Amino acid sequence: MFHYVLSRLLWLLPTLLAMALVTFLVMHATPGSPLDPVSEGANPLSPEAQKNLAKYYGLDRPLYEQFAIFVSKAVRGDFGYSFVYKTRTVQEIIAETFPISLLLGSMALVLAIVGGLTLGILAAVYQNRTWDYVSVSLATVGVAVPNFVLAVFLIILFSFVVPLFPTGGWDSPRNWVLPTVALALAPMGIIARFTRASMLEVIRADYTLTARAKGLGEGPVIFKHALKNAFIPVVTLLGPMFAAVGTGSFFVEAIFRVPGMGRFFVLSMTGRDYPMIMAVVLTYGAFLAVMNLVVDLLYGVFDPRIRY
Amino acid sequence: MAGGVVVVLLCLIAIFADFLAPLPYTKTNFSRLNEAPTRAYPLGTDQLGRDLLSRMIYGARVSMLVGLGAQVIVVIIGVPIGALSGYVGGRTDLVLTRFVDVMYAFPRLLFVILVMSMLGAGLTNIFIAIGLTGWVGIARQTRAQVLAIKEKEFVDGARALGAGFGRVLGRHVMPNALTPIIVAVTFGIPEAIFTEAALSFIGVGINPPTPSWGQMVGEGQQYIRSYWHLCVFPSIAIAVTMLSFVFFGDGVRDALDPKLK
Repeated sequence: MFHYVLSRLLWLLPTLLAMALVTFLVMHATPGSPLDPVSEGANPLSPEAQKNLAKYYGLDRPLYEQFAIFVSKAVRGDFGYSFVYKTRTVQEIIAETFPISLLLGSMALVLAIVGGLTLGILAAVYQNRTWDYVSVSLATVGVAVPNFVLAVFLIILFSFVVPLFPTGGWDSPRNWVLPTVALALAPMGIIARFTRASMLEVIRADYTLTARAKGLGEGPVIFKHALKNAFIPVVTLLGPMFAAVGTGSFFVEAIFRVPGMGRFFVLSMTGRDYPMIMAVVLTYGAFLAVMNLVVDLLYGVFDPRIRY
Repeated sequence: MAGGVVVVLLCLIAIFADFLAPLPYTKTNFSRLNEAPTRAYPLGTDQLGRDLLSRMIYGARVSMLVGLGAQVIVVIIGVPIGALSGYVGGRTDLVLTRFVDVMYAFPRLLFVILVMSMLGAGLTNIFIAIGLTGWVGIARQTRAQVLAIKEKEFVDGARALGAGFGRVLGRHVMPNALTPIIVAVTFGIPEAIFTEAALSFIGVGINPPTPSWGQMVGEGQQYIRSYWHLCVFPSIAIAVTMLSFVFFGDGVRDALDPKLK
């Protein structure tokens, strides 16, 4: 167990290095540079100014050297100053915005897991009846419809038609409701679908029959015997789910004006803010990798047959 | 079934957009900005006084083009790599699977946004970005299929009769591996449509003035408080399109491979 965790943690380093390298290559292999003013018709910088800036940011050095400098600084937690927000370091921006995205993401995940399991169980227990159709259609909509489209519908329904929640912002918990729901619906749909399928399989298994035969009521049969086993395939979904919630938050944060990291992701890329791009990609990458490890360990908790 | 009907309808709208649209999608009318639906403009006008209905009809063209075109690219890249990897095996397989695994580890949308913002907006670049990332899934699927099929007796039989590498792979293995690939492609279409809509929504997808539904939602949601129609109609279009392609995919899967149900 200990060895397994250790080796997985050690694998994290080459994975992140590979991600950094791919991102670095994509940034530098494509035409354009952060020194060109982005907007059309903007005053171009004079060649001397460009040269000075390139020197200041180390962009005049050969690529392998730039990458080496980046890595050696990054391992010490130093990502440098943002090219766009010139007075602030990348770490400051991330430290300020990442917790907000994390809060939004965690709330969405909790809602997705609780909601998805409930819908899936209801659908399986009442197969081919009203509850089944309700939860299957909800799941299909959640999976198929992009979250920014769902967000528009949520705003129309719950801010205009029934004015329950504000259209955006992040000041009070009331502002949190709509973005969380918009972000949660897609993973909720996937979890509901998988839970339904695996519950249906488990409900017909022999040990469920045994549980019923020894006189257990419906509640203990479903929750103590069926759900425990049905949950195992669902746990494997959680890894990709974190990625879905992470990338989904770019759009949801944009629509609901949430001051999280998602906004910087797109802004830094279109603005060619090299230090910011690297930091954001690696933060997501590291976060996802750690979460995947947690999920793999959870897999062992829910399924004692698995050994590491 | 209903999904299939909507899919055919969308394709027809995309093909005959020039005849269906009441106005050109760039035609502005500055005296009637942000107007709610009226008889002259059935779905209203946008912030430049352009007819929303016409823009949505042309938007269907972009969505269908990306949905179908991207799949062509994905198949052209993914299927040969997967087939080679599975059929040849050995070192080729090892190198190719490693490469596929690395690509798989990258969150897909993140990579597409990165590539798009570096290359710049535009239809060709969307094809490049989706093609670069989308082939991985198909390659994995093809490899798994080929691996399973190449051990079957009829493949040995073909080889014993003297069929060469190309003939065995092309005439005997691949036709039998086709079903799951077709299913994966039908599900890839809504995914590509979603990717285009998402990219255009954040402004790195289709270049204006060419209309795209995602871009219309992205621009419209800024005025959602005052002019709801700007983002609601394109949102409905995206939702309906995605749902019908998913139902269509389910139908195709059930029809081709009853075992997968």
